[in-house]
Amino acid sequence: MSTEAKKQIIDVGDGAAIPRKSDRGLFTAWRIAFFGAIGTIAYLVWSKPDPYLNIIKFVPDGIAVTFQVTLGAILLAIVIGLITGLGRISKNRFFNGVASLYVEVIRGIPLLVQIFYIYYALGTIVKVPAILSAIIAMAVCYGAYMGEVVRAGIESIAKGQREAALSLGMNGRQTMIHVILPQAVKVILPPVGNEFIALLKDSSLVSIIAVADLLRRGREYASESFTYFETYTVIALIYLIITLFFSKIIGVMEERVSVNK
Amino acid sequence: MSTNSRRKMVEAKEIIKVYGSFRALDRVSLDIYDGEKVVIIGPSGSGKSTLLRSINRLEEIDRGTIVVDGMDLYDPKTDITKVREEVGMVFQSFNLFPHKTVLENLTLAQIVVRKRSKQEAEEKAMMLLERVGLAAKAKSYPGKLSGGQQQRVAIARSLAMDPKLMLFDEPTSALDPEMIGEVLDVMKDLAKDGMTMAVVTHEMGFAREVADRVIFMDAGRIVEEGTPEHFFTAPTHERAKLFLSQIL
Repeated sequence: MSTEAKKQIIDVGDGAAIPRKSDRGLFTAWRIAFFGAIGTIAYLVWSKPDPYLNIIKFVPDGIAVTFQVTLGAILLAIVIGLITGLGRISKNRFFNGVASLYVEVIRGIPLLVQIFYIYYALGTIVKVPAILSAIIAMAVCYGAYMGEVVRAGIESIAKGQREAALSLGMNGRQTMIHVILPQAVKVILPPVGNEFIALLKDSSLVSIIAVADLLRRGREYASESFTYFETYTVIALIYLIITLFFSKIIGVMEERVSVNK
Repeated sequence: MSTNSRRKMVEAKEIIKVYGSFRALDRVSLDIYDGEKVVIIGPSGSGKSTLLRSINRLEEIDRGTIVVDGMDLYDPKTDITKVREEVGMVFQSFNLFPHKTVLENLTLAQIVVRKRSKQEAEEKAMMLLERVGLAAKAKSYPGKLSGGQQQRVAIARSLAMDPKLMLFDEPTSALDPEMIGEVLDVMKDLAKDGMTMAVVTHEMGFAREVADRVIFMDAGRIVEEGTPEHFFTAPTHERAKLFLSQIL
């Protein structure tokens, strides 16, 4: 494959499959999964209110926490990613070195280990709520991946754009702000959406550091009622519904961006 | 010709550009005088684009000196953006900014670099769009324009900066044949206006009509140089004769 063709592909992380308009098979798969999951929960609650209705009543707090962690982490990760991405393409050797080192180190440590580490490391310096520590841990991790998305997005903008801007007398910063970044955002948006979904799923890992997210609420209920199978069935279905919902939104977004081009 | 008494806009001396073991430019020297129209021709890979692009330092040279409008490009004290403000460039692939309207393409650098007010920049832009016959397309995005229209916008975009020198890097090579004429017409109009121009092109008709001087390059060197009349009727160098026999 030529490098030219390779540059067009930005595929980072393992976000949910995005249904394409042209791909009827996938589209149907999304429908079956989404409405199937909703239908299954509805059926379970209707046929066996105990324990299913009780589970459903118990977990909404957890869903809220999961969203809080995901949203906080993705916003922070985008900021970190932008700085890291610019660092990775910077000609300044110090800035570039720091950004590259950060990406290498973070990508080499499992997220679960990072969450433990940041939680306890932060704990020795300042007392922060577990949820904040969870957000920081997720953001630091995803910021590294986001940095690569930003870098790839910037590099996907044709060299001629930069040359045209420079030939008009713009300096590097003006070129980046007015010409490169506005175009890169369109390219970056879909992979950022994928990262968001991956982060949403990975946020279940924070349940190990006393953050009462969806998974942890489920575990709390299960260990009290000894209904492990039933509880985790519901938890899995809720994650599935949320993830499918967002992947659909991102799919629509991606379509609109490509139309605007 | 009394070109020697005129001011030199470009003064390139003994420049060398190397890609690995390949010499793209091999001790090339070129002076372009104020108001002069120089057309650079030659087979592909002869170094003509590299030469043109080194004049605004989009291409870094390895040896030699280039002075543009009195500014030495490789003097550490020279701010290269100041040089580029004075040197317009038109590319083979247009390189309009696709996320901005035609009007915004013309006003962006005026506002950001020349620090003109939005109103002033837009007036200037509309005047130039009028000149290239595209005032009606001011609010369109480049993607909606034909190749010829895009290239005319690109020329207007460069002119909006009031450059002292215009560089054209194969401006019609990416165009369908029926659109070449409209772009050449704009360039001829510009030449008539007294603009200093350096043009890399395969349009021999344009070279004959507009050039004060034709430069023929081969294998990174200038091998023939002279008036269009001399070049097209009595070339001395074998390589130039062969090239002309193939292209005409």
